[in-house]
Amino acid sequence: MSVREVLIALAYMVASACFVIGLMWLQSPKRARAGNLLSSLGMLLAIVATLFVSGIKDYTMIIIGALIGSAVGAIMARTVQMTAMPQMVGLFNGFGGGASALVAAAEFFKYAADPGALTVDVSITIMLALIVGAVTFSGSMIAAGKLQGIVNERPITYPYQNFINLIFFLTIVAAAVFLVINFGHPWVFLYLTIASLIFGVLFTIPIGGADMPVVICFLNALSGVAAAMAGFVIKNNALIIAGSLVGASGVILTQIMCWAMNRPITNVLFGAFGAVVTAGSSATATTKTVRPIQADEAAILLAYAQLVIIVPGYGMAVSQAQHAVRQLADELAKRGVTVKYAIHPVAGRMPGHMNVLLAEANVPYDQLYDMDQINDEFQNADVALIVGANDVVNPAARYDKSSPIYGMPILNADHAKQIIVLKRSMNPGFAGIENELFYNEKTRMLFGDAKESLTKLINEVKNI
Amino acid sequence: MTETLLAALYIFVVAMFLGFAVITKVPPLLHTPLMSGSNAISGITIIGALIVTGRQEGWLQTVLGFIAIILAMINVVGGYLVTDRMLQMFKRKPGEK
Repeated sequence: MSVREVLIALAYMVASACFVIGLMWLQSPKRARAGNLLSSLGMLLAIVATLFVSGIKDYTMIIIGALIGSAVGAIMARTVQMTAMPQMVGLFNGFGGGASALVAAAEFFKYAADPGALTVDVSITIMLALIVGAVTFSGSMIAAGKLQGIVNERPITYPYQNFINLIFFLTIVAAAVFLVINFGHPWVFLYLTIASLIFGVLFTIPIGGADMPVVICFLNALSGVAAAMAGFVIKNNALIIAGSLVGASGVILTQIMCWAMNRPITNVLFGAFGAVVTAGSSATATTKTVRPIQADEAAILLAYAQLVIIVPGYGMAVSQAQHAVRQLADELAKRGVTVKYAIHPVAGRMPGHMNVLLAEANVPYDQLYDMDQINDEFQNADVALIVGANDVVNPAARYDKSSPIYGMPILNADHAKQIIVLKRSMNPGFAGIENELFYNEKTRMLFGDAKESLTKLINEVKNI
Repeated sequence: MTETLLAALYIFVVAMFLGFAVITKVPPLLHTPLMSGSNAISGITIIGALIVTGRQEGWLQTVLGFIAIILAMINVVGGYLVTDRMLQMFKRKPGEK
């Protein structure tokens, strides 16, 4: 090993340490930003060190590619709206996976020209990196498309879906095994690539919008695994370490999301949840009564409360209402009302989505409470204000075994003394499940766009 | 080959466990920045892309590598910047910098 090689290896080691420390510092909001900076410096070090790897002859393409990528990435990062963060993370997952697949493909053609240098472990990991990377790429594009509203957010289903997907997957495995045994055969490799891309699409289209937090986490994990596999191919420990860190992160987040919905991952990925509107619910709905409320009356309830707990949901993101929520909370705080926010783990379209939106609106993070921290406090709350949340406050999850969300841990909004629900109309939520909280005798419905309703509430509170 | 492969597998498994240990402690408050930040880390595949492109072993590899550089670089730069943008918004008190 030459001195240069040793130095490069050490640089990769330092970079890996930076990634680990960066993630450790994410444990508290105070150091998180410094951690992210450290992690990015590690990445910079790894990139610079790579430029000195012997065998790199030409820098023109590298510089052009790096400039284009950096410019696009910077523009996207600067301009994206916080409400669109799930799509953005989805896209980035896809790009990472795609890059790993491309590296694997390039290595395939290198060894195809020189099969003598090939070993079995390399050929296996080339196939794995290609398959996982390609599935991550196309799956993420569909997921991002669903979140952006370009692809139908509802599950797209067809007969024998899981069976057809399984057969398709088996052809991918067969092609990969064939290539490991008989390396070369560019046409089989091409089939493998295209089939993996199609599989990513088939696998994602039956998953509904409300399950996107799980899918995004899962694809996050896959993008890490793809990078780790690419690390095996080019025999680079930095890729293996960084890839497995990301893989672990994605797996943990996927697990947390599934726990928060009380559904096994298989049900989320293969269950086409939300495709069928539960029969019978509309019949029972007609017999129940809803109690509407006007902004002036709602404002009085809020203004004379001691404790108000705000429950934000995806509807807040859709209506960009996070700033209005904060303003209302400020007005209430001026009157001596204590305001807290209750955040359900799957509220929104990605883990922590609501926290980011409220942080953007300058809500101090010590007012944001996780489900476990706040659930016992609802009984002391004078008003629970539901802003665009639905399934996460549906009491049917506690006891109605026929409900699709039965067993899902929910926020105890129904324990509050009064509940005010901001909602556009009585249409059921994404999963098509009737929410009995809306028919509770303590519940009053304030119909209209969340942002407009909040603006009215702010004005009314000011006038009291 | 077996020795390097074993060493690599070793690192893979240990890093996985390290990842589990570290990431379980990240509070739900920061789960979105965790995703975008770890996302940026998965852009580490840029290393592979740089090597594949720079060694110039054939036009096809160079083209594949070139696209890989662009994608990975978007992932790295975009991921870190957007994470930073999010993290600077998390404040304990309203006026705090």
